[in-house]
Amino acid sequence: MDQFFFAAEVLANGLMTGVMYALVALGFVLIFKASGVFNYAQGVLALFAALTLVGIQQGQIPFAHLINAAFGTSLHHFGWTVPAVLAIALTAGVMVALAFLIEKLVLQHLVGQEPIILFMATIGLAYFLEGLGDVMWGADIKTLDVGLPQGISDSIEGATAEWFGYGFFIDRLDIWATVIAALLVAALVAFAQYTKQGRAMRAVADDHQAALSVGISLRFIWVMVWSIAGFVALVAGIMWGTKSGVQFSLSLIALKALPVLMLGGFTSIPGAIVGGLIIGVGEKLFEFFIGPMVGGATENWFAYVLALIFLVFRPQGLFGERIIERV
Amino acid sequence: MLDKTEGYSTADGRQIGGVLMEMKNITLRFGGVVAIKDISFDIRQGEIRAIIGPNGAGKSSMLNVISGFYHPQEGEVWFKGYRRGPMKPYEVARLGIARTFQNIALFDGMSVLDNIMTGRLNRMKSGLLSQALWWGAAEREENENREQVEKIIDFLEIQNIRKTPVGRLPYGLKKRVELARALAAEPQILLLDEPMAGMNVEEKEDMSRFILDVNDEFGTTIALIEHDMGVVMDLSDRVVVMDYGRKIGDGNPDEVRRNQDVIDAYLGVAHD
Repeated sequence: MDQFFFAAEVLANGLMTGVMYALVALGFVLIFKASGVFNYAQGVLALFAALTLVGIQQGQIPFAHLINAAFGTSLHHFGWTVPAVLAIALTAGVMVALAFLIEKLVLQHLVGQEPIILFMATIGLAYFLEGLGDVMWGADIKTLDVGLPQGISDSIEGATAEWFGYGFFIDRLDIWATVIAALLVAALVAFAQYTKQGRAMRAVADDHQAALSVGISLRFIWVMVWSIAGFVALVAGIMWGTKSGVQFSLSLIALKALPVLMLGGFTSIPGAIVGGLIIGVGEKLFEFFIGPMVGGATENWFAYVLALIFLVFRPQGLFGERIIERV
Repeated sequence: MLDKTEGYSTADGRQIGGVLMEMKNITLRFGGVVAIKDISFDIRQGEIRAIIGPNGAGKSSMLNVISGFYHPQEGEVWFKGYRRGPMKPYEVARLGIARTFQNIALFDGMSVLDNIMTGRLNRMKSGLLSQALWWGAAEREENENREQVEKIIDFLEIQNIRKTPVGRLPYGLKKRVELARALAAEPQILLLDEPMAGMNVEEKEDMSRFILDVNDEFGTTIALIEHDMGVVMDLSDRVVVMDYGRKIGDGNPDEVRRNQDVIDAYLGVAHD
């Protein structure tokens, strides 16, 4: 019986991890839908957002190392701290400005190019942003605390212990992440379906020429979409940063989003969510049941193997648009 | 020659107004290739104006110049008495010039209704916040626009496919939906790029009727490109004929039919 409850607990934790994966995958889907670009830089965007948030919150002086090296000063902090809410709002502003710059400096010059060219540009962007984050805020690992509750939830542990005689260990941060992700997704879906900007965004995603002919400005939509992707990256950055510290390996969570996208389909917002949950739950349960037999550490590869199997049988993913080639 | 502000009466007794749009000495080159060479013509308020010519004559290029997809190296585009600077396609659309495409550019993933609604995007003014909260103004606006769109749907007889994703529709209906989307913008000039290309006889008749009805009912000025000579002559008030990027004829269908250059270029010499 304990084994069963333990599995259930693993399942619950898997769901929550899945939500975190889904958050990152969501950023990919948004940009892919609106511009057909696979944005390799999405993970780095999350890292950059988290770095900026910590920097602003703790009153770090941007480019301090650079300034010190150039002028022989020893600056590091302004000496103030900014309240979490204000810091988040400022960081969101930075992400919007970044979206504007990306459109102005990169995308605008690549209008009408093959998707592969745009993809290459986002790889460049990823490395640039990683370097920029490093120079601006320093390479040390930072702790991020915006006041989200953390640690094992006592009330859940107590309640489950009372009902089942087995206390579930669930991190409160994971619960919050789930709630916030759910709200974010609901807001995004409502935006895409029911507002005129959302309709314009879907139009651009479908056909650039046609969108232009009905009077939609591609530039406006791209800045908007990259801003939203930046905002989603900020949310993902906050969650992951709070969970495991703001460090440069954060940009690697983007890799975990890949199998999520293959499962869910590159063009589907619900797909990103369901794909995230399946990967999250799948890898935790696999590790729990099969892991001991094969020497553990299955979490490193399970997601990718699952994605490969999906590619063979359903290349468009669970919710992706069916690929129909008419001859 | 007609005066710019003066109108004329058509054979079927409709009154055509003054010049709405004027192309002056347009030249368009792609590298060394001259697609349009020094062409001038005008489009008058309320008329159906056709641009015809054999394959590769530069008709589509001309339409793309009007709609801002191409920018001519020389020449001027005048609209409603003002010279139009180099504009992006979406800015031209916002001026009130809607278009369709030869090879159909619809939003395949969206329903017919949503597709047509995109035609009204520029008529919707409410901000994001009021839309998000579905406030009075935003709600009223959406409903008003829906009403307009429903009118057009009725008009073009596509009620039964309102909710169908466009990708699933047959070719002829797609063309009609594209027309509906362009109409939804309530354009001052409607540009149709080969509206009857690839259609069977029955579909062509339907489309001709819709084009005439649109012109008649809404008073929309229409400029169209077409291959099918017969259709064009029945449909249009005045015709520009192009060949190898040059204008070789301009006038009402009867004049054009008698023009020797046109007969040589378009009818006398086998092209397709």
